[in-house]
Amino acid sequence: MEIPVNRRTFLKGATLGLAATALPFTKADASFWEAFFQKYYREMNEEEKKKVIQRLEKEYGQKYRKEIKVGDEKALPGVLFGYGLDLSRCIGCRRCVYACVDENNQSKDPQIHWITVLRFKKGEKFTDLEESEKYYNPKEVPEPGYFYMPVQCQQCENPPCVKACPTQATWKEPDGIVVVDYNWCIGCRYCMAACPYGARKFNWTSPNRKPEEINPNTHYLGNRPRYKGVVEKCTFCIQRTRNGRYPACVEACPVGARKFGNLLDPGSEMRYLIEHKRVFRLKEDLNTYPKFYYFFAYGR
Amino acid sequence: MRIFSRIPFFLPFALLFFLTPGLSESVDLPQFAEPEIPKKFSVPPPPFTPGIFPCSQCHQGMPVNRKQRKLEQMHQEIILKHMPGGWCFDCHNPDNRDTLRLANGTVVSFQESYYLCAQCHGTVFRDWKVGLHGKRTGMWDGEKEYRLCVHCHWPHDPVFKPIKPLPPPVKPSDIR
Repeated sequence: MEIPVNRRTFLKGATLGLAATALPFTKADASFWEAFFQKYYREMNEEEKKKVIQRLEKEYGQKYRKEIKVGDEKALPGVLFGYGLDLSRCIGCRRCVYACVDENNQSKDPQIHWITVLRFKKGEKFTDLEESEKYYNPKEVPEPGYFYMPVQCQQCENPPCVKACPTQATWKEPDGIVVVDYNWCIGCRYCMAACPYGARKFNWTSPNRKPEEINPNTHYLGNRPRYKGVVEKCTFCIQRTRNGRYPACVEACPVGARKFGNLLDPGSEMRYLIEHKRVFRLKEDLNTYPKFYYFFAYGR
Repeated sequence: MRIFSRIPFFLPFALLFFLTPGLSESVDLPQFAEPEIPKKFSVPPPPFTPGIFPCSQCHQGMPVNRKQRKLEQMHQEIILKHMPGGWCFDCHNPDNRDTLRLANGTVVSFQESYYLCAQCHGTVFRDWKVGLHGKRTGMWDGEKEYRLCVHCHWPHDPVFKPIKPLPPPVKPSDIR
């Protein structure tokens, strides 16, 4: 039977042929195709998640030549995480920034920091974040006449980044942490444009980090090694906090300015500070309802 | 003339305002219980200079000189920049050098030195008890490790000393 070469069949054939050349048959190992056809994380059942995690652990093991555990701990019931930062104590030493980099496997070069410490002159209008300095580098901190405000993901209850994502690769978990699925992110960076806090960072290249510097204790939605062209951000150290531990920045702060706890537990330090201290949230007027509370324990 | 004609009109309101007693007292302010020292917490041992504790290893059998003076033979490095006019025995116990002593005479161990600081810094002590002042490590929903006041504040000169900051982020203009 002869197929007539008319415009319809020509276009069909040409499209199929072009599509075939676009598919990387040279890289056709099983794990590539599994990754290619991976389902949406929130629609996977436990069995499928387990398979995906096994594949990722194998991939990372080959890449970094060491055993890397990818966790999948669920949100605990009755838990809503909140964070407190005491601006009357912070001295701007950036210990938190680098503790975060070590814990969460950020790229070293090009550099990605999830926490940015802003410096303000005392007595100036400090809500004007554009006037702040983030490259300050004195011999010693705190400098007289200045104060410091670290900014990271505020884990909004009404997160604008989630609304902006065209593939729903980022969402808010039941315990209030806004997470990114790096296998579902297409790198459009709409979320970065939507975030009023500049908290989201983009992997312009494949993350560059020595294998011995990789933290092997990871979480699928948190600090597992990322790909080129995906967005990442602070997850309140999901791999630690879902196992009951404090985030790395809390434990690194030398002045104890960082506080963390369960907002639904009336006995937690977070609830105490919200009830007793002078508290504000950054850019409250945008209706994002951050769960990151800046407070002043000292002075009034 | 017109202003006088208005007085009777305002008078009942003015009287009502001034003669309603205790209106402000009837507002119920929320009552908060004084926080307690948590039952489950651990502190690392106090940060002694190596070899200095127990103090009794030197002070045993030494006569106690209670007179306030400048120390010349030992402990000269301790320059008290805390309470002006303060003196060793405001906090240290002359009768048992391995302990501390509160102003009311209560003897406390070096492991519980926070009671000593709490004598003056009550509001900070309250915050420390709930976990707001000072650093906590461990579990947010379980056992936490506290720090003693003296882990961060050297008691003889307690102001937190400036430290060197870690390097700033790379400027976009410096990326090659």
